[in-house]
This record gives sequence, C-alpha cells and structure tokens, in this order.
Amino acid sequence: MFRRTLLAVTGLMIAGAAMVARAEPVAADVFVRTLSTEIIDVVKGDKAIQAGDLGRIRGLVDTKVMPFVNFDRMTAMSVGPQWRGATPDQRKRMLEEFKTLLVNTYSGALMQVKDQTVVVKPLRGGNGDGDVIVKSEVRGKGEPIQLDYRLEKAGEGWKIYDVNVGGFWVVEAYKGQFAKDLSTGGLDALIARLAEKNKANANGPKS
Amino acid sequence: MKRALPDAALAMACRRGVIWFVAAALLALSGCATVRPSASQMAATTGPTAYKADPWERFNRAMFNFNEVVDVAVVKPLAMTYQAVVPRWARTGADNFFGNLGDLWSTANLVFQLKPKPALEMGMRVATNTVFGLLGVLDVAEEVGLERRSTEDFGQTLGRWGLNSGPYLVLPILGPSTLRDGAARVVDLKYSPGRIAFREPTDRTAATVLQVLNERGKLLNASRVLDDIALDKYIFVRDAYLARRRSLIYDGDPPDEPTPAGEAPSPAGNAAPTPVPEKK
Repeated sequence: MFRRTLLAVTGLMIAGAAMVARAEPVAADVFVRTLSTEIIDVVKGDKAIQAGDLGRIRGLVDTKVMPFVNFDRMTAMSVGPQWRGATPDQRKRMLEEFKTLLVNTYSGALMQVKDQTVVVKPLRGGNGDGDVIVKSEVRGKGEPIQLDYRLEKAGEGWKIYDVNVGGFWVVEAYKGQFAKDLSTGGLDALIARLAEKNKANANGPKS
Repeated sequence: MKRALPDAALAMACRRGVIWFVAAALLALSGCATVRPSASQMAATTGPTAYKADPWERFNRAMFNFNEVVDVAVVKPLAMTYQAVVPRWARTGADNFFGNLGDLWSTANLVFQLKPKPALEMGMRVATNTVFGLLGVLDVAEEVGLERRSTEDFGQTLGRWGLNSGPYLVLPILGPSTLRDGAARVVDLKYSPGRIAFREPTDRTAATVLQVLNERGKLLNASRVLDDIALDKYIFVRDAYLARRRSLIYDGDPPDEPTPAGEAPSPAGNAAPTPVPEKK
C-alpha cells in the first residue's frame, strides 16, 4: 500500500517543488501551494510528460523544481558525516548521480498525475522565520496521500530541503540506502553504485 | 494483500481471542528461523546495516526474497492478466465492494481507538455506500463528500493503545510487518472482506484471491518505480514501512524524531564507524 502511496505522490512531490515567489516575502505554505499548483498544471497540460518522456521531465525539474530546492543540503544530509570530508570533485559527481536517480523517480510518478489536487494545510505556530514544515495532502481517487516539506528561508523566498511522502522522509530514506556503501567503501563506492543504478535504469527495459 | 490462512487454525486462534498467543507463536517461529539471539552475533552476521528495529534481518531478508520470487512467478502475472482481461468498470466495482467492507472494519477500529468523529464519518460512509451504492459496488459516498480519509487496521489500534511495534517482521506472502502488526493481522483477517461477505469456504477463498489480484494490480506502477529508485530494495521497503506505520498511528503527525539537520544518526548506518574518506 505504501508503494502506491509512494508512487502516486512522488510525482506530486515535485509538484510541491516549484513556483516563483517574486517580489515580497511569501509565507511558506503559500509558496508550497503556488508551486504545487503550477507543477500539476504543467504536467496535466503536457502529454509527453504523462507518457514518461525523460528528457521533458528533466527539463521540467531543472526549470521549475531545482531552483527551489537546496539540493546540496539534501545530498549532504543523506550522505551524513562523510560529506564534510569529500573533495569538490566527489561532491560534484555525487550531486549529479543522486539527482539523476531522483529525476528517475519523478518520471514514473509524474505519469500518475491525473485528476489530483494538492491541499496545503495552514502553517501552525512559528512566525515563518527559519526552517519550517509545511504539510499538504494529495487528493484524488482513494484516500489522500500525505506530502510534507521541510523548507528553509532563502532570501525573500523559500527552498525545499526534504520531502515526506506518506510518512517517509526522502533524506531518511536515502540515509538508509546509502549507509552500507558508505561504511564499506566510502563515498566513491556509493557514487559508483549510484552510477551503476542510473545506467541500469536508463538501459533496462521497464518491466 | 490478504491471504486465507487455514480456516481451522484461524478460527481457533480467533475464538480464543488471544492475540498474544499468536504473537508468541510468531516470535517462536521467527526465533526458530533465525537462531541467532545474541546481539553481538547479530551485529557480526548482519554487517553494517544492522539496525535495532530489525534484529531478525537475516530471516527477514530470506522471506523478502522468497516473497519477491512468488510475486514475480505467480502474483504479478496473475494481477496483470486480471487487469488485461477484466474490464475497468468491473474492476472498479470489485474494488469499491471490497473497499466498503474494509471501511466497515476501519470504522470498528476507529471506535476501538476512541475517535468518535472519524468513526462516525466512516460509519456514515459505509451506510451510504451499502444502501445507495448497491452494497458498496458504487462509491456514492465519495460524491457527497464522505470520502475515505484513512484505512485503519487492528495493528494501528494496538499502536494507538500504546503497544510498541516490536521488531520488523516480513511475513510469508503478506510481506512487510512487525511483530505487533503481524499478530494483529490475524484479527484483521478474521474481519477481512471475504469473510464478512461470504459464508462458504470456497466463496471466501475466491473473494480473497480476487482481492489480492485487485490490490496487486493497483501496485503495478508503484513497484516499478520502487525498482528504479532503491539501491537496496529490502532496506527501502523496510524503512518505508516502518516510517509509514508510525505516521499512520499518529494520523500523519508523529512526534518529532531527532532533527534531520546535518548529522543526525541514520537509521541504518550509525553503527558503522566512518572510514577515512578516500581522497584523490
């Protein structure tokens, strides 16, 4: 069951991740709402994305999502202590491979976006400074799917650094995934593993 | 996914109504299979991913792999056939019908959890669909604003009552669970849609098979994504299951665990000493 959750939502998790808050400071929940709506609208209006066109999805992620994600922080948190000792080259390769892996996730998930809507819950407590958690729900057929974000203040706007899908934080998920390779072979082993996985995803037949 | 246990055994266990008996049985079963009680030994045998919520990782991994094999060989192909052969309207009807009976059990659990408002809403939903939705085949409640807000099972109820989940446990065929949820599953199965709706064992079995195909069919896309994003599928499924169950018990708002900022202990890797980063 959580698999369905994971899937249906991962698509919308990007959805959670894009929209411009131009001029004046915007509350975090408003930011998430605008971003989610925009992404969903783009996907609904784009047949190529719904069909799983990886190039298109990558384009969408790069233009609409990545500007509002602190991907360095997300990666650093997922890797843990070893990130501090990493060389610039290692960091660059790690960021690239991790991003490819996550974009891959989106490709499957975005195809699931059909008639869902995102309902963002009002912020509770806090005056909106520093890091906040914004909670939302994806409503479609069946029971709603929980979709929460951790955001940090970035200038006048916000950046996302973690996403929770149905109770499972992405950073937590990848900490668990990365731990084994990191402890046995260090960051290079992990990067190699990710590269291998990405290659398999790119070539392998989708069963 | 639900599966019919041998009826006699199930009935007996349930008649006694002592889930602790089942818990003990499960414990014994898992104990037999792992035979590796000492913590230090455990760390030695399960390596760097040893994780305190999963002391039976060896057994669990074996069971997980077994389930994967069964899924690929039997369940998934059948589910795909089911999707290909049965028209969508019929599948939706079956899904709604099972869903409605599932909602009935959710209602009972909401009552057990002392949540009057959700229980009332869910009860109204079941009543509406049963009366106006052809015994649940049509989900008319959704159209009048009584959508399914959650699915509640007995494991969640026990969690709500304060019972810890116990170790992670992969059940044969049924998949990811915990000691608590696995034991609670016996109670859930007693009130599974197939058993509520039918009396004859053959009917019940047929209903269960249909339900399994229905549930698995809905997961076809999800399992593909999972294959794409997980480096270690076993760990991914385990961590996701445990996080999700925790979230469900707290209705999506679990108390904060140690903040994720920077170097919070990882669920899986904290036991391992950090090797010197290999710099070039």
